[in-house]
Amino acid sequence: MGLEYVRISPGFERYMPRDYVDLVKFGQFGKQVDVMQLGQFKELVEEHPMCAGCYMAYFIRVFYAALPNPEDTIVLGTAGCARLALSQAAVPFIYGNYGDTNAVASGLKRALTIRFPDKVKDVVVIAGDGGLMDIGFGMTMHSWFRGEKFTTIMVDNEVYGNTGGQESGMSPKGVQLKMAPLGKKFDKINAVELAQVAGCVYVARISPTNPKRIAKVIRRAIYAAREFGPTFIHAYTSCNIEYSIPTREVLKDAREREKKDFKFYEWMTDEVKEYLEEIERKEKEKAKQEVK
Amino acid sequence: MPDQRVVEPEYLLLEAPREKKFITGSQAFAEAVKRANVDIAIAYPITPQSETMHLVGDLYAQGYVKDYYRAEEEYGAMSAIAGAVRGGARAFTATSGPGLLRGLEAIVSWPGHRIPVVLGVMTRVVNAPLSIQPDNIEISYLLNAGLVVLHAENQQDVFDFTLAGFVISEKVDVYLPVVVATEGFFVTHAKGYVQMPSEDMKLPPRDPYKAPVPPTDCEIPPARIQRDAPVQKSNFMSYLIHAVWQQEVWSANRRAMKWIYKYLGGPVEVVNPDAEVFIVASGCAAAQGREAQRYAEQEGLPVGLVKVKSLRPFPEKEVREALKNAKAVIVPEHNIVGWLAKEVKSVIPNSGIVIDGPRVYGGMTLPVELIMEEIYKALGIKKEKKTVV
Ligand SMILES: Cc1ncc(C[n+]2csc(CCOP(=O)(O)OP(=O)(O)O)c2C)c(N)n1
Ligand code: SF4
Ligand SMILES: [Mg+2]
Repeated sequence: MGLEYVRISPGFERYMPRDYVDLVKFGQFGKQVDVMQLGQFKELVEEHPMCAGCYMAYFIRVFYAALPNPEDTIVLGTAGCARLALSQAAVPFIYGNYGDTNAVASGLKRALTIRFPDKVKDVVVIAGDGGLMDIGFGMTMHSWFRGEKFTTIMVDNEVYGNTGGQESGMSPKGVQLKMAPLGKKFDKINAVELAQVAGCVYVARISPTNPKRIAKVIRRAIYAAREFGPTFIHAYTSCNIEYSIPTREVLKDAREREKKDFKFYEWMTDEVKEYLEEIERKEKEKAKQEVK
Repeated sequence: MPDQRVVEPEYLLLEAPREKKFITGSQAFAEAVKRANVDIAIAYPITPQSETMHLVGDLYAQGYVKDYYRAEEEYGAMSAIAGAVRGGARAFTATSGPGLLRGLEAIVSWPGHRIPVVLGVMTRVVNAPLSIQPDNIEISYLLNAGLVVLHAENQQDVFDFTLAGFVISEKVDVYLPVVVATEGFFVTHAKGYVQMPSEDMKLPPRDPYKAPVPPTDCEIPPARIQRDAPVQKSNFMSYLIHAVWQQEVWSANRRAMKWIYKYLGGPVEVVNPDAEVFIVASGCAAAQGREAQRYAEQEGLPVGLVKVKSLRPFPEKEVREALKNAKAVIVPEHNIVGWLAKEVKSVIPNSGIVIDGPRVYGGMTLPVELIMEEIYKALGIKKEKKTVV
């Protein structure tokens, strides 16, 4: 059904909330928006209670703008900062218990596949480093081992942001955080390598310095998950509160990390590569025709 | 696999001719699942549950169940069940003791998420030292979560409660998970006679749009646009929303009662209602209680039985009514804390008449003699104890 359920029945426009009417008229349902035009269309997420200047919040904004199929997408989140914005987007959102995302998504995606074998229903997990790599580690890994067809995006702020700044497995070694009073004693977990070994068919590591690239990676991950299997994006989304990064230096920090341990990295299987090339070629053609 | 035709729940549960089979409790669970038009089953091994989910796996292999997998562990299994049910599927899983507790955070959030599903619980010792035997203390953990909890005495109950469980859980005015608990081994691994309708019939498929809370499938107008999600914030609205939502969960739990009457003949079974001394019991303890009642009757003693089939909703009115002229109430149980005795005491005005026990734990059997001793004591009958070496 997708788009049909979003559209307002004739005659009802004036009874619907303004916000909703704007979403349908000036939003991204049924079309593809350009992330470079953020701010010029009605976005799927607007108000949210994340900290001012939070880079994770920015990443989430770009994420929604990048969705290839927002009218048929379900987002899953968990305890952590991201869910504060995810729960207020104009896309169905599921919140269960802390760290359960990849198990819930497995059940959900299978149910949708049973019920709608001929329809595209994108399922996307967005969760923190603690959620995916600590408490939910087993479920994250096993969803990949099983080859579940959905996308996992880790918004890695290298800390338990939502509970006030404790060490996570993704915190860099040596960093002093709550519950690591003498500094973290072991290395940052190599999530990207784990994802690759565990069976993801598309894996990317990204420091969000370039919105076009974020959007491209997100779209690729979602497309590949539809056909081939699990996909994973490891995104650096700094926590300016717990790491004391002034808002105006957030981008600078992201660029610095991009030069060090968050170099852009993308890997995919051959069949995914072929498939994506085909999709992107068609998209380009379509765009050209629209210009004409 | 025979072609299964869809029939109305009322027909399948109440009217269809039945045939008698001699099967284990695990088989009874699977036979119910076979007729329940289940979309997905998610399994994780633990004794004494495993055999049930092996048999359900066979049903998947034969085509009765559309999807099935072995989960990573119980927390993953119970979370995936939530995902599948929110996606509109009809689902089944089962576990025992430690597995139940491992999955508990997910399980106790099902009612709040309004997840209609059937969960089989085959009891097993929890806590240390280890035993795999059927102590049923784990049921007490399920009583305060909003789940509908049925306790099966035998293989027939397992079959009836499970099949009816799917129907009750999906009623629009209920829409809650239904637990079908029974004692591990005593029921799951022992055979009993079970009357079953033919396997060429099944329940209608789940209709996820007939629901108080719609599925998350991007298919239903109006769009679920959560522009404000107060539950996600720490403010007065979030307390209020949680509070009213949970009130509704518990109201829904009570509304399950009428369906328990309709499909299971009521939440209690009373034997010899004019008795002076009553045994109140659930699950396997009810089977032993039934035997004790029979012995007592043979000896001409005024003893009755109240079997409690539904622990949630708890049959407050029915238990109070059945015990209104009782002089003593004996509550035999398979656990150390006596959760059923506490329930019974809490619903009658004269809780002093309740005798705590007899109780066995660690998974021991519950000899009828233990119950008889309490009966004699209650009636002031002195019996000489014979010790047979
Ligand atoms: C079972 C359980 N354990 C602990 C918590 C507390 N908790 C909530 S959010 C959180 C940390 C979140 O960290 P992360 O996943 O990295 O997300 P972030 O807030 O950093 O984005 C914790 C520990 C919980 N909600 N549930
Ligand atoms: S605590 Fe950090 S990650 Fe969380 S919202 Fe604030 S800045 Fe963002
Ligand atoms: Mg974090």
